[in-house]
Amino acid sequence: MPIKLPSFRPRKDAYPPDMWMKCPSCEEMLFNKQLDKILRVCPSCGHHFRLSAAMRLEHLIDHGSFRERDAGLQSVDPLGFVDQKSYPDRVTAAQLATGMRDAAVWGTGTIEGRHVAICVMDFGFMGGSMGAVVGEKVARAAEAATYERIPLIIVSASGGARMQEGTLALMQLAKTVGAIERLRAAGVPYISLLSDPTTGGVFASFAVIGDVNIAEPNALIGFAGARVTAGTIAQELPEGFQRAEFLFDHGYVDRVVHRTDLRAELGLLLRYLVPRTIDHAGDLDGPVTPSFRPLSFLSALADRVIPEVEEEPNGRGEAGRGAPGRGAATPAEVDRG
Amino acid sequence: MVDRLRGRGRESAVTTAEAPADPKTAVWDRVQLARNIRRPRTLELLAPMAEDFIEIHGDRAFGDDPAMVAGFARIAGRRVVVVGQQKGADTEENIQRNFGMPHPEGYRKAMRAMELAERFGLPVVSFVDVPGAHPGPESEERGIAESIARSVGLMTRLRTPIVAVITGEGGSGGALAIAVGDVVVALENAVYSVISPEGCAAILWRTADEAPTAALAMKMTAADQQALGVVDVVVPEPGEGAHTDHEETARRLREVIVERLDALALVPLDLLVEERYRRYRNLGAYTEVAQPAVAPPERPGFADRLRNLLDPGRWAGVQLPGPGRGREEPPAREEV
Repeated sequence: MPIKLPSFRPRKDAYPPDMWMKCPSCEEMLFNKQLDKILRVCPSCGHHFRLSAAMRLEHLIDHGSFRERDAGLQSVDPLGFVDQKSYPDRVTAAQLATGMRDAAVWGTGTIEGRHVAICVMDFGFMGGSMGAVVGEKVARAAEAATYERIPLIIVSASGGARMQEGTLALMQLAKTVGAIERLRAAGVPYISLLSDPTTGGVFASFAVIGDVNIAEPNALIGFAGARVTAGTIAQELPEGFQRAEFLFDHGYVDRVVHRTDLRAELGLLLRYLVPRTIDHAGDLDGPVTPSFRPLSFLSALADRVIPEVEEEPNGRGEAGRGAPGRGAATPAEVDRG
Repeated sequence: MVDRLRGRGRESAVTTAEAPADPKTAVWDRVQLARNIRRPRTLELLAPMAEDFIEIHGDRAFGDDPAMVAGFARIAGRRVVVVGQQKGADTEENIQRNFGMPHPEGYRKAMRAMELAERFGLPVVSFVDVPGAHPGPESEERGIAESIARSVGLMTRLRTPIVAVITGEGGSGGALAIAVGDVVVALENAVYSVISPEGCAAILWRTADEAPTAALAMKMTAADQQALGVVDVVVPEPGEGAHTDHEETARRLREVIVERLDALALVPLDLLVEERYRRYRNLGAYTEVAQPAVAPPERPGFADRLRNLLDPGRWAGVQLPGPGRGREEPPAREEV
């Protein structure tokens, strides 16, 4: 261990720069550690700061129940894209800055004791942009939810499709929406949670078509960026344009929910939105999943009797739910609707 | 087998004209050709291509969008439903047609037409030529994102064959909303991109002047898109480009469309829809590496501490960072 010599720095440098921050809404100085404890909501004005995927999961999912899946998905550079930096360099930089492999994490866990598949995006990773990895994770989450018959929750925080992957990123819109269409056909609920910001190709695909759309207060949610709108059409933008409340007023968001109430609201919704039972799904499931599963009534009973479902024994889902799909053929064969 | 039926993977004879020395200029020339005001749009292509065409109007919810055309057509004796964007051929018509940028009601009209196609067993042919969906406030108020997502969703599950043709500009979500098909055809000088080159340059290069550079980097030409697997067939254009000869362009397109429609008609619907889902499911490049980068986001409880004691190192994943604060990085995203 090298000996640390005393350094003579100006006093203000002695503090880490990210120790304090100013609330952009009410200009109150906030202590970051304190802010983390109160879910990064400004205590004086209620401004919702952005959450990292890890913090979001910690907040929403029952403690210790989250099991990440497909953590090893990694972007490649299909176009050889170089702007001021090359695309692989940007990905590496974002990975080092966030400790994530790409802009989304998905896995299974419980919310107030109810099993869900959850996919969370992180705006800190290249603006939460959707490339092949994010698209793949959303699609796998939807397919696994369809196959395992557990509700799907997606927390969006994204600027849109990832330009560096070109039209392949655009095709993720079709990929994710297609997977969610199958989820709908199979009668499995999907709750979309829109956080600040959700724009572009992410808003115009899976984020907007939730069975229930929930937004955080004052979150920026819209299709076209303000600069694009201003550049394309010379028009005055209305007050509060593209904010959660604007979407609520125009009927595209069901509820605008404060972060502290989010978990309870999701828990309540999950009590109403229960995946349609296999028998009713009928031929949607084809011959792959037998309509009678031995012991399945036990878990259904357990759900009803015991509110808290215990942790899954391993990260790959319960044995009774069948092997989860690894992207390839299995889940899709289930619902040939 | 289906691939062979649809001729996927077959090399199409693309006659690349004598390429200018600078690839950037070559790509930019194509972008300009794709945007040429005399380029044939849906109606100009249908006039020589179809024996008859009857247009339908209105989305039954708000109004009729002149930037989107939908209707029934007979192409070489085959009844089809046609949807497509329509730019104007001059400034006056462009204003009337919103420069070919559809509002939500346009996409909802297209969905209505496609649902009719499914119900009456008619195949769908779509013609895509759009700078992007209309980005204005009234568009947002009426749910442009929702209409695009629903339209994409409808096309992924539509139980009838779909042939999508990119005829000019394939501009982002506004294009994809009617371009999800069993077969995607593109004219030689058509372009397809996730964001306009100007928008991409403004974000990544911080100046719209770098648009040709962005166009090159995004690999947006029809031939590049074919190499990526986004486009299946590239149809060569006559002479200097499609704008010089509408009839010949329509004739060449009709040949390809009819051939594909006939091949798709042989595929059972279940297989057709499954194959279409697979087509989009498989687009996008990624790898899978073994170990996860993100540690499970949980505070060490008693069990974890015990586990750490017994098996140290296994759970000592990457340090979880705090939420993003002050990261200096240009937004890596599209904004259209």
